[in-house]
Amino acid sequence: MSNTSLVEKENLLEIKNLKTYYPVKGGFFRRTVGNVKAVDDVSFEIKKGETLGLVGESGCGKSTTGRTIIRLLNATDGEILFEGKDITKLRGKTLQAIRQDIQMVFQDPYASLNPMQMVGEIVAEPIKNFKNVSTKDLKEDVMDLLTKVGLPEDAYYKYAHEFSGGQRQRIGIARALALRPKLIIADEPVSALDVSVQSQVLNLLKKLQTEFDLTFLFIAHDLSVVKHMSDRIGVMYLGNMVEIADRNSMYAEPLHPYTQALISAIPMPDPRRKKERIVLEGDVPSPLNPPTGCPFHPRCPAAMAECSQVKPALKEVKPGHRVACHLY
Amino acid sequence: MSNYSIHKEAPLLEVKNLETAFNIDGEYYNAVDNVSFSVKPRQIVGVVGESGCGKSVMSLSVMQLLPKGVGKIRGGEIVFEGVHLEKMSEKEMNKIRGRDISMIFQEPMTSMNPVFTIGFQLQEVLFNHTNISKAEARQKSVALLKSVGISRPEKIVDEYPHQLSGGMRQRVMIAMAIANQPKLLIADEPTTALDVTVQAQILELLKSIQEVNDMSVIMITHDLGVVAEMCDEVIVMYAGRIVERADVDTLFYNPKHPYTELMMGAIPKMDEDKEELSSIKGIVPSLKNMPATGCRFANRCPKAMPECATITPLLGEVEQGHEVACILYEASMPKEGVKA
Repeated sequence: MSNTSLVEKENLLEIKNLKTYYPVKGGFFRRTVGNVKAVDDVSFEIKKGETLGLVGESGCGKSTTGRTIIRLLNATDGEILFEGKDITKLRGKTLQAIRQDIQMVFQDPYASLNPMQMVGEIVAEPIKNFKNVSTKDLKEDVMDLLTKVGLPEDAYYKYAHEFSGGQRQRIGIARALALRPKLIIADEPVSALDVSVQSQVLNLLKKLQTEFDLTFLFIAHDLSVVKHMSDRIGVMYLGNMVEIADRNSMYAEPLHPYTQALISAIPMPDPRRKKERIVLEGDVPSPLNPPTGCPFHPRCPAAMAECSQVKPALKEVKPGHRVACHLY
Repeated sequence: MSNYSIHKEAPLLEVKNLETAFNIDGEYYNAVDNVSFSVKPRQIVGVVGESGCGKSVMSLSVMQLLPKGVGKIRGGEIVFEGVHLEKMSEKEMNKIRGRDISMIFQEPMTSMNPVFTIGFQLQEVLFNHTNISKAEARQKSVALLKSVGISRPEKIVDEYPHQLSGGMRQRVMIAMAIANQPKLLIADEPTTALDVTVQAQILELLKSIQEVNDMSVIMITHDLGVVAEMCDEVIVMYAGRIVERADVDTLFYNPKHPYTELMMGAIPKMDEDKEELSSIKGIVPSLKNMPATGCRFANRCPKAMPECATITPLLGEVEQGHEVACILYEASMPKEGVKA
């Protein structure tokens, strides 16, 4: 990277040509008849202490990317380097160990918490799994975590159903923090919440980032939320990273036609601003049978002849601003 | 389009002191409490608020589609073109629904019948209200599909809902809703389940249909961005009551109610850099735990005063066309003084 302020900061996570395919079974013998290319050749890196936002519409592969990094899914190809170490093929104990450093916050605060466990147990479980601490220390630690995420101490003895969506998301965050991880993957952490509660959770995540020295991979479909949270933003389309840049140049000067359309499509909460809107034709194609060449060319207003044949590579067109488009 | 010469025109829909209650454990609680507003011809009125604020219940009350035995209208009037909808029988209401007032819902998949073709469902709407032949109905449904921007409509009429994408399904829903050129369309979160680029297509479509058909729209949404782009007038609801009503420009640039102000600050905006968003502490009280007197926002309000717990604010006009229900403003004070 040529950005001088970031020179000393090392990469916490580096993704190289990551591919995650879901096999499609068919026929009498349930043989693999095709692949859903959910993530198809994606590369990026996250520096220590930064927040990288991943945006894109449903089915673009942003969640699959997150789940592959935390190794809930196995990569089909490519490398995931965490602190310089390849974790793509880790298994057993070594994989367990790496999960202390990478934790996840899920979208649905209703489905991701065990209804049979007390909140205290939910938050304590990761610590019990990895560390040998006395019951007293454990309880103190959990109480401390609960206060840090803004829950009352008596939340310890309650069950998840007794809390509202926003508070449940706080429980999920406390659980993710329990092992003091280095990287947190937040997959649509606020999309199930109302605006007033959403802002509470976003503010909390920002506060915790400084307090716990965290690095975030922030996955969301809402570009305004991602811009608010991230230092850099990656835009995905149909399993591909089409553009990646720091948040201000992504917003001020989006280069990829898809990013331009995406930004222009967001309804602005300002009635005086009437902007030119690029309305895309059609829907996102199926990742089972993606178009040849550039995945965006069937909907692209700037498509040229070569776009349907050659898939553009992600290349740096300005310092820190990479785009995968034949226009550049 | 919003045209302010229409001010003197009689309202198309007038809701007065509407109270809709739901039965919880044998007792009725007001999910919509004393709500009054009107919709003028050709006007797009936005209704915003967080989940549970009563915006959907309000629209179901207008349509008389409340779940039987659970929800009921306890009081108030719903006047559509001079006719009292709340006094209508089911049979009379059936004539109005789909012809004069239509509704589109958030989830297009669950609002269509999966075992019938798109064409069949469209024609059903036409047969219910007009006397036309089968061939005419088919022709008309193809034309309708075309008018909502569906390519190859001749094919789509014979397809089933599951064969379409979410955006296409919502287009079909819109085609059904406008089949009989209703005067009022109630759109309940019509784009919430869609991706932003598809949302942009649907919003554009709704706006152009509204202009062509001279239709009024009640747009229910939680997205202030959608409101800013689509609506002429906005109603902000909180916990079953209207807290503020104004034209869209006034609401965004001169919000008066503390809840509206906070909500505006709570949304991250693309064109500004803010370290921290304003947030509202706590959550909306549940239906059973609504305070009996006073302002329902008081326990979360940063400007709350002791009187807020005892005086129930009225929706009063603070400026021409701008109403607020907050006792910070003289207009919201009940006339007869403190109510117990």
